[in-house]
Amino acid sequence: MTLLPGTDAPRTPQEPHGPHTGAAGEPAEATHSRITLNVNGTPRTLVVDNRSSLLDVLRERLGLIGAKKGCDHGQCGSCTVLVEGRRANACLLPAVAQDGYDITTVEGLAAADGERLHPLQRAFLDRDGFQCGYCTPGQLCSAVGMIAEAEAGHPSDATDPGHPAKTPVALTAAEIRTRLSGNICRCGAYPNIVAAVEDVIE
Amino acid sequence: MKPYAYVRAATLDEATAAYAGHSGAHYLGGGTNLVDLMKLGVTAPDALVDISRLPLDGIELRPDGALRIGATARNSDIAAHPVVRDRWPVLSQALLAGASGQLRNIATAGGNLLQRTRCPFFQDTAKPCNKRRPGSGCAAREGSHRDHAVLGHSPHCIATHPSDMAVALAALDATVELHGTGGERSVPAAEFHRLPGDRPEQDTVLRPGELITAIVLPPHSAGLPSAYRKARDRASYAFALASVAALVEVQDGLVRRSALAFGALAHRPWRAHRAEEALRGVEPTRAAVERAVDAELASAEPLRDNAYKVPLARNLACEVLTRLAGPR
Ligand SMILES: Cc1cc2nc3c(=O)[nH]c(=O)nc-3n(C[C@H](O)[C@H](O)[C@H](O)COP(=O)(O)OP(=O)(O)OC[C@H]3O[C@@H](n4cnc5c(N)ncnc54)[C@H](O)[C@@H]3O)c2cc1C
Ligand code: FES
Ligand code: FES
Repeated sequence: MTLLPGTDAPRTPQEPHGPHTGAAGEPAEATHSRITLNVNGTPRTLVVDNRSSLLDVLRERLGLIGAKKGCDHGQCGSCTVLVEGRRANACLLPAVAQDGYDITTVEGLAAADGERLHPLQRAFLDRDGFQCGYCTPGQLCSAVGMIAEAEAGHPSDATDPGHPAKTPVALTAAEIRTRLSGNICRCGAYPNIVAAVEDVIE
Repeated sequence: MKPYAYVRAATLDEATAAYAGHSGAHYLGGGTNLVDLMKLGVTAPDALVDISRLPLDGIELRPDGALRIGATARNSDIAAHPVVRDRWPVLSQALLAGASGQLRNIATAGGNLLQRTRCPFFQDTAKPCNKRRPGSGCAAREGSHRDHAVLGHSPHCIATHPSDMAVALAALDATVELHGTGGERSVPAAEFHRLPGDRPEQDTVLRPGELITAIVLPPHSAGLPSAYRKARDRASYAFALASVAALVEVQDGLVRRSALAFGALAHRPWRAHRAEEALRGVEPTRAAVERAVDAELASAEPLRDNAYKVPLARNLACEVLTRLAGPR
């Protein structure tokens, strides 16, 4: 692995970066790319295998193991992070395609001084919004994104089609449930997750 | 996963040129279907041409009253767009019925149209599948196929198209705008996807290297009562077992025009021309609506495990059509 100036050292062995040779002996096109991700406010420049998902880069290269790999296929939401402020499944995003974007992970939700939890984190604790906690980082990032979407007037399938555009949507329990349906909790902590979100929006 | 090159296109021409310059290239929209299929080994590109940053994400109302939705507009932004919600509500509802909040934030309009079937045998490279490997057979025909097609299937393939959005587009007479090395063309959304016939590997009429640039909603389907309804195994975050998109215009107590499309019943969104024909000019009583829907579904050919889809689709269609035609 060639480390570029300012590059984060990989935590796991990586494929060598540099000229590859194709099957026909021709030099193959680069299968790695140099990218910069603005992760929780800090620019991180590194060379990634084009195949790496954002989730794997966060977890294995940047040491941010908050976002979890549940299914690796977009089906569970445990890998949810915010990309350019919007919630997204990091397991389905090629890291190379996120070059230059702002990424917020669960590690970046609390106040920068590390002293104060994000209100949602506090509410999840107060309400027991989890059992094993595996889905929790994804639930938290998803809830942060979801509250912003409702505030911006984005409808859900529980929203009255007549609700005026661009006006905040009130987050009833039914709204919270359907808007967070992309986050599966195998422990079934849903009632307390809904209660925690309700506490925060009040 | 096979190593691949990555090219980020800044212009349309850069994108089509990069595609032409790489054998085994695929366009990358949001990646929510393509990356999934690459992990499964179903698709193995040598190069990804990233089109997600092309300036194609605009949603504009044209002077003639048509709405042009750029191909890289995100599913969540289309669903939330004030003009879509106001003039073509069925499209917003169909999008919101699909996937999850975080997936809709990533998924693009073009990628949604081109997502591939969720047939488990298509996704399993150890199984025969004529869509994945032409000529290898169809494991679904004898295997478990409760989610599969009841209309328009062939001996070669019984897969369904999974998109909710595409069903609404078919009902709305939308068109799909394409850009290829041979120039621009546009195709009706209802004819964009194919029936499987003996070429199930071809989902759509898209030519190699052609890019979807936009989806256009025509003025004649704007502002009419329209709705989407979807039946699925759980209340949210599941693909349709059957769905309907409908639009009804009633004048002086008679149906002036209606449009009905079924989802999850066929290899493409199923535009119900026969039902529409039967409703034209009649009073939209429950009985008349049922007759019209039955006329359409008479051509259904359910398989061993999926006969339930026919009454399910019938009930969805009858409910939505009568609701839309009813007193407002
Ligand atoms: C867990 C899960 C649940 C889901 N549930 C639903 C559901 O209920 N209903 C539903 O409708 N969908 C559902 N989806 C599918 C989702 O809607 C699609 O994955 C998404 O719309 C694809 O968009 P994309 O931009 O991510 O496409 P990509 O994955 O980037 O691309 C898909 C295909 O389109 C091609 N492509 C993309 N853009 C263009 C273009 N402009 N021109 C030419 N080719 C292009 C790509 O090469 C690729 O072959 C679900 C997905 C997941 C993972
Ligand atoms: S790990 Fe990404 S959705 Fe399950
Ligand atoms: S708390 Fe265990 S998976 Fe949600």
